[in-house]
Amino acid sequence: MSKTSDADTKVTRRNLFRKGGLAAGTAVVAGTAAVLAAKGGTDGHVWQIDPAKCVQCGNCATYCVLDPSAVKCVHHCELCGYCDLCFGYFSPGFEPESGIETAPAESQLCPTGAITRRWVEGPHYEYTIDEDLCIGCGKCVLGCNNFGNGSLFLQVMHNRCVNCNECAIAEACPSDAFRRVPADHPYLLKGEDTPA
Amino acid sequence: MRRSLVILAVLLLMPSSAAVGAERFALPKFKSGYEIPPLVVPPAGSDTLEYLDVAALVLALALASYLALRARSRRAVWVLMAASLVYFGFYRGGCICAIGAIQNVALALADGGYTIPVVAVAFFVIPLAATLLFGRTFCAAVCPLGAVQDIVAIRPTRVPAWLDHALGLLAYVYLGAAVLFAATGAAFLICEYDPFVAIFRLVPFTRQNVWMEAFGGSTAMLILGAAFVVAGLFIARPYCRWLCPYGAILRLLSRASKWHVTITPDECNQCTLCENACPFNAIQKPTTDAPRPDRLIDRRRLALLLVLVPVLLAAGGGFGWWLGDPFSRMHFTVQQAERVRLEETGQVEGTEDISDAFYQTQRPREELYAEAAAIRGRFAVGSALLGVWVGLVVGVKLIHLSVYRTRTDYQPDRATCVSCGRCFAYCPFERKRLKTLAGEPTTP
Repeated sequence: MSKTSDADTKVTRRNLFRKGGLAAGTAVVAGTAAVLAAKGGTDGHVWQIDPAKCVQCGNCATYCVLDPSAVKCVHHCELCGYCDLCFGYFSPGFEPESGIETAPAESQLCPTGAITRRWVEGPHYEYTIDEDLCIGCGKCVLGCNNFGNGSLFLQVMHNRCVNCNECAIAEACPSDAFRRVPADHPYLLKGEDTPA
Repeated sequence: MRRSLVILAVLLLMPSSAAVGAERFALPKFKSGYEIPPLVVPPAGSDTLEYLDVAALVLALALASYLALRARSRRAVWVLMAASLVYFGFYRGGCICAIGAIQNVALALADGGYTIPVVAVAFFVIPLAATLLFGRTFCAAVCPLGAVQDIVAIRPTRVPAWLDHALGLLAYVYLGAAVLFAATGAAFLICEYDPFVAIFRLVPFTRQNVWMEAFGGSTAMLILGAAFVVAGLFIARPYCRWLCPYGAILRLLSRASKWHVTITPDECNQCTLCENACPFNAIQKPTTDAPRPDRLIDRRRLALLLVLVPVLLAAGGGFGWWLGDPFSRMHFTVQQAERVRLEETGQVEGTEDISDAFYQTQRPREELYAEAAAIRGRFAVGSALLGVWVGLVVGVKLIHLSVYRTRTDYQPDRATCVSCGRCFAYCPFERKRLKTLAGEPTTP
């Protein structure tokens, strides 16, 4: 130890360089920290799907590091037409008898049977998604978008998402629908004002 | 009848199917007093755990520095390292980490619209500050990526110095590339190609939901991770030494650190016992016995290298400029514009998801092309700068290797030493200090 302290106090070229480097390094690190502190926020960002960009390719179900995926389908009832013949519920080509409440499994579009429907009145049915069963494949969203109101759409569920620094689904998304949104507005919901 | 009406309506509305949220079927006016259920989404989880991470980081850094520099205990450093591996690696899934935070910092500095989380700033800056004070104690016992490699390094072989130096340059290249791709918003390369995160996520843990991640990582990354672990049995810490972009920054800062771990607690008497103790080639030998090379040759070589540096910078810059176009294809907008262009000019038949996504937005093609051209321009400049950076790194390395330095003692190379403490037990003065002179080395 004694030798090191001797070497430290002696002004050699090596020590001068080291001290200069220490001063420069400290200045750079402190400067970077100051700039970042000015640009930083306590909340930061979380990942979310922009439903306007989503093309329902199915990657959300398979690319997430979670299994099942943190992406789930949500249903905004105020946008729903409460149709009897729902293109998000029935498989294409299935011709339901009038008044059928639960379709046979093979006639349901959802591979896990996560969508249930309940008769409300007249020809109108209410559709509900069981979040625990939903795997985020987006099959129902595709049907609802193409032939219905688009009241079904995919969202990253923030009670599940582990907010990876680089989202694996975002990387695989063919429509750039994933983006970082401010954590205090973590959802991009259809029919509601969302921050740009 | 009702269904045929619906189908008719659908057929009429088909062309506008791209319009999002089209109200094709009006919300019924319910007469039975039915109330429309509200849309409920789960709130974001609490981020207290992230602040706990910062506290754990500070505590671990302080402990690591104390254990390596003051207590001089390899065993204690090893225990702390294992604890960090369990907490930051397996329990927290390896995210966020200091290495990945480089990209958040680059994106925040380049893109004004991105608010960098305070936690990412803390993970980036705190280990840098600690390194300026104590050297790379972060690598020794805090970083989970370092820990997973250090634990498996059971039969390390000596890598020839020339190869070690050459491969060490890759880390600077990787650092430059990671900054370029993060700053342009193309990708977070470090996270995407993190070889160990897939391994961390293999282990089911108690953190809410993370236990579900078992086998969630991609197979390719698991294979890469396994390859690194197997290689790590025989080559100590390959990622840390030759690839880690954060390690590249720490190497520079550690050179100037205020304090640094020493091999001997006392004076070095050049006993040579520690010579082969380090699996990372980080022990520098004294130069006293070797004959001093001819000064004239040294000077000529240095002059030649100093002339070579601008050439390297220019060559690197030119090469980088040329790579700008292929690099820009990593960016989503450029990929999309290329596909749309191919479809427009009839070079390909049909559409893909990526082009459908663009048509769905109903924006004019020219707008997309202009956007892609702007990104290509940014990539041209960015990758030219990356090339200059690589040229500079190579030039500085050559000069650094050619400058003769007099050393009287065995000492750690401040840049490559990770303060792991393996060499302590080899020093007879350390044995004397611990009064274990007659005993066997206690290095685990």
